[in-house]
Amino acid sequence: MSVGAPAKWGLRTLGLGYLGLLLLAPVAMIFYKTFEHGIGPPLDAMTSADALHAIWLTLLMVAVAVPLNTVFGVGCALLLVRHRWKGNAVIDGIINLPFAISPVVIGLSLFLLYGSSGWFGPTLAEWGIEVLFSTPGMILASVFVSLPFVVRETVPVLQEIGTEQEQAASTLGASAWQTFWRVTLPAIRWGVAYGVVLTTARVLGEFGAVTIVSGSISGKTETLPLFVAKSFEQFNEQAAYAGAIVLALLAFTTLLLMSVGGRKAKSQSQTNPAGGT
Amino acid sequence: MAIAVEGACKRFGEFQALDDVSIDVPDGSLTALLGPSGSGKSTLLRAIAGLEELDAGRVTIRGEDATAKPPQKRGVGFVFQHYAAFKHMTVFGNVAFGLKIRKWSKQQIDTRVHELLRLVQLDGLAERYPDQLSGGQRQRMALARALAIQPQVLLLDEPFGALDAKVRKDLRAWLRRLHDDTGVTTIFVTHDQEEAMDVAEQLVVMNEGRVEQSGSATDLYEHPANEFVMSFVGEVNRLGEHFVRPHDMEVVLDADEDTVEAMIRRVVPLGFEVRVEVVLGDGTDVWAQLTRAQLQRLELREGQIVHLRPSQAKSFSGDSPPDRGASTPRGEQGGGDAEVSAAA
Repeated sequence: MSVGAPAKWGLRTLGLGYLGLLLLAPVAMIFYKTFEHGIGPPLDAMTSADALHAIWLTLLMVAVAVPLNTVFGVGCALLLVRHRWKGNAVIDGIINLPFAISPVVIGLSLFLLYGSSGWFGPTLAEWGIEVLFSTPGMILASVFVSLPFVVRETVPVLQEIGTEQEQAASTLGASAWQTFWRVTLPAIRWGVAYGVVLTTARVLGEFGAVTIVSGSISGKTETLPLFVAKSFEQFNEQAAYAGAIVLALLAFTTLLLMSVGGRKAKSQSQTNPAGGT
Repeated sequence: MAIAVEGACKRFGEFQALDDVSIDVPDGSLTALLGPSGSGKSTLLRAIAGLEELDAGRVTIRGEDATAKPPQKRGVGFVFQHYAAFKHMTVFGNVAFGLKIRKWSKQQIDTRVHELLRLVQLDGLAERYPDQLSGGQRQRMALARALAIQPQVLLLDEPFGALDAKVRKDLRAWLRRLHDDTGVTTIFVTHDQEEAMDVAEQLVVMNEGRVEQSGSATDLYEHPANEFVMSFVGEVNRLGEHFVRPHDMEVVLDADEDTVEAMIRRVVPLGFEVRVEVVLGDGTDVWAQLTRAQLQRLELREGQIVHLRPSQAKSFSGDSPPDRGASTPRGEQGGGDAEVSAAA
C-alpha cells in the first residue's frame, strides 16, 4: 500500500499527538512539577529516612522477585514447550491468573491465607515467622503479580527456535545442561531479557497487592509506590512527585541496562516502562 | 557392518512410521535412504542417531548395541535439512562446538577447525555468522561441524532439500568426493531418486514405514522387487499387468505379433531425448523415450498411427501391501530375486 506524502505526515502527526497526549504529557507534567523550584526540594524529600527506606525496600523487592521469577519462568517455559503433556493446558491457565485477577484481590487472598485466622498464618506465627505487615508478605505479593511475564515472553521464542539446534548439540556430545547454557539460553536471551524488564517494571510499580499485605507502615513496610500514594494523600506533593521521578528513573535504568547489554541484538525491544496498578 | 538396524518399529500416535525395518550398512559405504515423504526414512535416520527412541528393535553401530545409548554417546555426526546452525555463534564457533564440549585445547581446536573449514571450502569465512552465509555455505558449515568430532558414522537428513537445483548438483558431486576422501560411513536421506543414484553406492528404498528393496542403483533399476520400486527409481508405463520403462518402448512403423497399435498424441523434444506420448487402442496413455536420431529416422508426427514393441516388461504378482515382501517378479524378463532385505 502506498500513501501520499500529505497523508503520511497527517498519520504521523496523529500518532505522535495521541502518544503525546496520553503518555508524554502526564510524565512531562510530573517532571515539571518536581523540578519547578530547582533540585533542592525534591532532593530533600528523597533523602528523608522514610523515603530512603522506601527506595531500599523497593529495590529489595526487585532483587528477590525478579531472579525468582526469571528462573521459574525459563524453567516453566521449557516445560511447557519442550515436554508436551496433558497437564500443560492447566499449568498454562494457572500462570495467567495474576494477569486475570486484580492485584487488590491477590493481596486479599494472601491476607486470608497468611492472616491470623488463615490456613498458614497461625502455624507460621508459632515458628516466629511474620508474613503479613512485613517483608516476606510483600515479596510474596510481588512474586505473585509479576510471575507470568518471563514465561509469556519466553514461550514464543522457544517455539520459534525449534528443537533442531538442541538436537544438533546433543549429537555433538553436549549434555542437557551444556545444551541449555550454550545453545538454548543464548538463542532465547532476548525473550528472557524482555520478560525480565517487564517483571522489573511490574515489581517496581506494584501497588494494589502490596498495599494490602504490607499495611503500608512508613519506614517499615512502605515501598516507593506506597510512599508516593501516602505523600499525595497527606498533601506532601513535593515528596509524591519526587518519589514518582525516582520510580521512573529506576524503570528507565532497567531499560537502559538491557539495551546496553543487547547492542548486538538485531531488533531491540521497545518497552514502555510503566508498570504497577 | 558399520550400522545394523534390526526389526525397528516406531509409532507416532496412530501413524506407523517404522514397521519392522531392518537394514545393514557396510563399513565405509555411502548409503541412501530413498522414499517419498512419510515413508519413514527420516525417522529411521533419527533412530540411528538416537534422536528418536524406537518402540521395538535394535540399532548396532560398529558392533556395539547402541539402542539404549543417548545421542551424545553414539559417535554420530548428524546434518539437518535446515542446517540447525547455532545462530549466535560464528562459523568457527559452530565447527568448534563439539571440540569445546570434548575439552580440546584452544590450539588443537584452532588447528582442527581451520583444517575442516579448508575441507569444506569455507576458509576465510570463519568469523562470519550463519545468517551471513548462503544456504549451500551453511550446509557445508553444518557438515564441517558434524565431521569435527570424528564421528564413526555420518548421517545426513535431506541435506540438500532446502537448496536450489544448481547448488544441489554441485554439493552432490562435492559430497561424493568428500566421502571418497574421508571414508566415513555415511547414510543420507533423500526423496530424489536421481540424487540417490548419483551419490550413493547402496540404496534402500522405503515406503509406508517398510523397506521395499535395497541394493545398488543398477540392481534396483534393472531388477525392481515390485511396482513401487520400479516406479520410484525411474519412469514407468503400465500396460495391463505389465510395467515397461519408456526407453524400452520401441516405436516401429510395421506391425508384427509382438507389437501394439498406438496413435501419437504429442512429440516433445527435450534436447538429446524425445518424449513421444501415445494413446493405445483401449485409451491408455503411455510414452516412449527416443533419441533425436531415432525420431528423425522414423519421421514421427502427431496423429500418426505407429506400433509399439515393449521389451523388458515386468509384472509383479501379489503386490498388495500385506504380502509385499513375498512378491516375486514374474514375466518374460523376470525381476530377478533382487536383494530384498525387507522383513516381511
